[in-house]
Amino acid sequence: MDVQSWTLLLVVVSFSLYIGIAIWSRASSTSDFYIAGGHVPALANGLATAADWMSAASFLGMAGLLSFTGYDGSVYLMGWTGGYVLLALLLAPYLRKFGKFTVPDFIGDRYYSNITRTVAVVCALLVSFTYVAGQMRGVGLVFSRFLEVSIDTGVIIGMLIVLFYAVLGGMKGITYTQVAQYCVLIFAFMVPAIFISIQMTGNPIPQLGMGSRVLGEETYLLDKLDGLSEALGFTAYTDSSKSTLDILCITAALMVGTAGLPHVIVRFFTVPNVRDARKSAGYALLFIAILYTTAPAVAVFARTNLLETVSGQPYEEMPEWFRKWETTGLIVFEDKNGDGLIQYVGDTSRNELTVDPDITVLANPEIADLPNWVIALVAAGGLAAALSTAAGLLLVISTAISHDLIKKQWKKDISDGSELILARISAVVAVCIAGYFGIHPPDFVAATVALAFGLAAASFFPAIILGIFYKKMNKEGATAGMVVGIGVMLYYMLRFKFDMFGGGTAADWWFGISPEGFGTVAMLLNFIVALSVSAFFRDPPEEVQQIVEDIRLPKGAGEARPH
Amino acid sequence: MDQPQNNPKAYWRENLRYLILLLTLWFLVSFGAGILFKEELNAIKIGGFGLGFWFAQQGAIYVFVVLIFVYVRLMNKLDRKYGYDEEA
Repeated sequence: MDVQSWTLLLVVVSFSLYIGIAIWSRASSTSDFYIAGGHVPALANGLATAADWMSAASFLGMAGLLSFTGYDGSVYLMGWTGGYVLLALLLAPYLRKFGKFTVPDFIGDRYYSNITRTVAVVCALLVSFTYVAGQMRGVGLVFSRFLEVSIDTGVIIGMLIVLFYAVLGGMKGITYTQVAQYCVLIFAFMVPAIFISIQMTGNPIPQLGMGSRVLGEETYLLDKLDGLSEALGFTAYTDSSKSTLDILCITAALMVGTAGLPHVIVRFFTVPNVRDARKSAGYALLFIAILYTTAPAVAVFARTNLLETVSGQPYEEMPEWFRKWETTGLIVFEDKNGDGLIQYVGDTSRNELTVDPDITVLANPEIADLPNWVIALVAAGGLAAALSTAAGLLLVISTAISHDLIKKQWKKDISDGSELILARISAVVAVCIAGYFGIHPPDFVAATVALAFGLAAASFFPAIILGIFYKKMNKEGATAGMVVGIGVMLYYMLRFKFDMFGGGTAADWWFGISPEGFGTVAMLLNFIVALSVSAFFRDPPEEVQQIVEDIRLPKGAGEARPH
Repeated sequence: MDQPQNNPKAYWRENLRYLILLLTLWFLVSFGAGILFKEELNAIKIGGFGLGFWFAQQGAIYVFVVLIFVYVRLMNKLDRKYGYDEEA
């Protein structure tokens, strides 16, 4: 069977599974729709969180990014996993005890202010829309490459599927489809990684293969790759090309941003009690770690394979995968010196080959000449990763509209049944907007994904932490902190990413910190401003301080709030 | 009701102590071993890995997972000690 038939088969089977689960787990109340009734077991929530979190960017993008940046890519590995430690220790148990539906719910109640609540809703919407556009694009890409339909058709198919199970099942449906999607995506990621690890090093565990000797040679794989890279004029794979301060800042911004992402936080509202909230954070990171420790190994295998296969070889003798990706424009060869050989070197004036890092995971099984069904499996895995994250984000968007804006501020007496209808309508609208951005992606999608992390770090994280750990933090302090944090972050991103406010180059960065790492600075400013301003205003009312006392104790979550 | 039961202040103090301990380890393996002291640690080799590079791309992540499960255990014990566990 050829790759295309295999892909079609696997996609149809996995999609039928998702739809079947959605029908089985329909939502019948707003509590079902927003937080799956609060009855999700810790293990299932861990699986769902892992699928929710690992997007097309983690599945398709990260190994490629690592492959092309070497050590510098470590910021993503540590940043996107270390954030779960913060989430598990500092946020999840307390937010679960608080026991509402959304992050703006917490911020609005803790800071007894609808203005603060609205700021939080705006941030949640901004973060989620940015993300979801990228996911839809990922769905479109996989469809177009493997099933040879146009990207737009791919986006529309993806929209219909998400629409079906997100609107019907809400959080309940999403949770159990995400469990299935995790299984599909991790299987799809591990199988080719294990194959290639055996092929290159003889060790079936990629995490160990990465540090082993090349099969049949005396050299270690990593040393060989460092040598190959340096010989061609690239930075040695295991060396860093960024300043230490910048690496520290980017890692911290990604960690804190991860802990502040509303679609991740909301998953911890779905478990029955505080104990399970803690435990499911552990499961989530464990399941994420399986992929995140394999990705750097895949990156090393892919980079070595690529350098060996193409570098200095005649263009005419390139294998079939090379031509296929050339037609998508993601591999570009320009024979500058006209010798018919591919010069792939670090010096940009002589380099003749441009490879888009995004193709690494998709092309890797083909480069390593693995069987057709493995190649098709990767496509199904990429779709699972993109769809699961898209669904989680769409739910945050629809909840923000139907619950945080309409129910909490505008029409407080709305019945549960009407709110559920409203939530479903919001979900339909959100899917359509996301689909639109998937088909007409704004140029700034990539830039705004970094912005989303910076924003989450600069706004939500300090407000939530102070809300839990500093009883005397008042609405004036928290609001001032959030506004300053977001403001400074936006200014820095707009100036250095979008060339506004006079623009500037890397030389003009403050302390040499890149916009990706600036979230750390903005977060610190938020903390400083919040603490200073709060000193000048009255302490929060007694009943709010009582809420803080209460969320610190695990007992009684899920019941009506005591006291 | 015997002494440690339902004493929210003492419970919270012990909780904060665990947090400081675990977050120090969290900081040391990632920002410490993976970034700040990477070059020094790279002098030590485990198989093909320099130790600093290993922490940055593998080790820190393993430690993160362990830290969360240690936290879960510690907190479950603490909850029982103070009578805040759900089954009580």
